Amino acid sequence: MAELNIKELERRFQEKIDNDQKIEPNDWMPERYRKTLIRQISQHAHSEIVGMLPEGNWITRAPNLRRKAVLLAKVQDEAGHGLYLYSATETLGADREETIDDLHSGKAKYSSIFNYPTLTWADMGAVGWLVDGAAIMNQVPLCRCSYGPYARAMVRVCKEESFHQRQGFEIMMTLAKGTPEQKAMAQDALNRFWWPSLMMFGPPDEDSKHTAQSMAWKIKRSTNDELRQQMVDITVPQAEMLGLTIPDKDLKWNEETKQYDFGEIDWNEFWNVVKGNGPCNKERLDARRKAKENGEWVREAANAYAAKQKMKKAS
Amino acid sequence: MANSEWPLWEVFIRSKQGLSHKHVGSLRAPDAEMAVDNARDVYTRRSEGISIWVVESNEIHASHPIDADSLFEPAHSKVYRHPTFYDVPDGISHM
Repeated sequence: MAELNIKELERRFQEKIDNDQKIEPNDWMPERYRKTLIRQISQHAHSEIVGMLPEGNWITRAPNLRRKAVLLAKVQDEAGHGLYLYSATETLGADREETIDDLHSGKAKYSSIFNYPTLTWADMGAVGWLVDGAAIMNQVPLCRCSYGPYARAMVRVCKEESFHQRQGFEIMMTLAKGTPEQKAMAQDALNRFWWPSLMMFGPPDEDSKHTAQSMAWKIKRSTNDELRQQMVDITVPQAEMLGLTIPDKDLKWNEETKQYDFGEIDWNEFWNVVKGNGPCNKERLDARRKAKENGEWVREAANAYAAKQKMKKAS
Repeated sequence: MANSEWPLWEVFIRSKQGLSHKHVGSLRAPDAEMAVDNARDVYTRRSEGISIWVVESNEIHASHPIDADSLFEPAHSKVYRHPTFYDVPDGISHM
C-alpha cells in the first residue's frame, strides 16, 4: 500500500470526490487540497470572529432589552462558529495559535464586509438581513462540501444563522414602518451595505483564481457569480416588501432570463478593502490583537487553576 | 505566548435520555472540568444535549483508513449474516 504512487493516490482521491464520498481527516489527500482547505476554513473562522466586532459595537446601545438579548445571542453564536471552524482547521493539521497569529499579523484574510463601520442602529438590521443573508447563501452549499469536518460545521452554522437573518429583517421592518426618520435610517443602512454585501461573494468568476480547482474538489459547489445572482434575486422582493429602494439604478427584472440584471460592482473598492485600506481594517485588527493580549492573564489563571486541581487530586 | 497551547478535547453529547453520546466536535481547554464547561457553551446553546463527555484527543486510538479493506472487507462477503439472505416461502409469517 505504501508503494502506491502519488498519481494513483490522486486518482483514487478524485474518484471518491466524484462519487460524492466525503474526505475525513485521516484519509489521504493531495497537499494542495489540504492547503486550500486550511486557507479557506481559517479565513472563514477569522470572518466569524472579526464579524463579532461591528455588532458588538451596538450591544450596549440596543434600543431595548429584547433587542439586546437577541444581539448578545447572535454575537455569541458568531464566536461559536469561529470555534467550530478553528477546530475544523485543526483536523487538517493546522496549528490554531499560528492560524490566529496569521490573522493578527495581517497575513491571513477575512471577509472584507467587516471592514465597514456600523454607524447607526439600522446597521444591525442591514447586517443581519444582508450580510448574514449573503453568508447563508455562501454556506448552504458548503454543507455538501467534500471535506467532512467542514461540511458538518457548516450544518451547525447554517442552522444557527437563520435566526440571525430573521432578527435583522425584523429590525429593518420595524424601522421601515416607523417614523420618517426611522425609515430614512433603514434606507441609509441599505444604501451603505448593499454593494459591500454583493462583494461578499468574491471577485467575478473570470477573475477568481481558486474557483475551478475548488469546484473540481467539491470544496466549492457554486461559483461566485451564481451565488451573487441568487442573492440579488431573493433580496429585491424583500426590499420591495420593506418599502425600501435598492441603491442601483440599473437594477431591472429581465423577462428573458427570469432574473434581475444589476449594475456594475466597484471592484476597485473591493480590492482596496481586501488589501487593508477599508474604513475599519486597522481598527478591527487592533481590536483582535488587544483582545488576545488582554486575555493573557485569563489563560494564565486557567492554567494555574488546572495545575492546582491536578495537584489536589494527586495528593 | 508564555503558556503552551491547551490540550484538544473531543466532545460527545447525549441529545436526550435513551440515546447514546455522539461526537459533535472538539475544543481546547486547560483541563477536563473546563472542557465540559466550554463544551456546554459551544455545543449546547440550543438545548442540543442533556449530558456531555469530553475525552482528550490524544487518548483516542483510531483505526487507519489504509487498513479499512483488511478490517472491513471480510464483512462484505458474509451476506448470510443478514436475514434478507434467506428465502422465506409465502404464507410464513412471524419470521
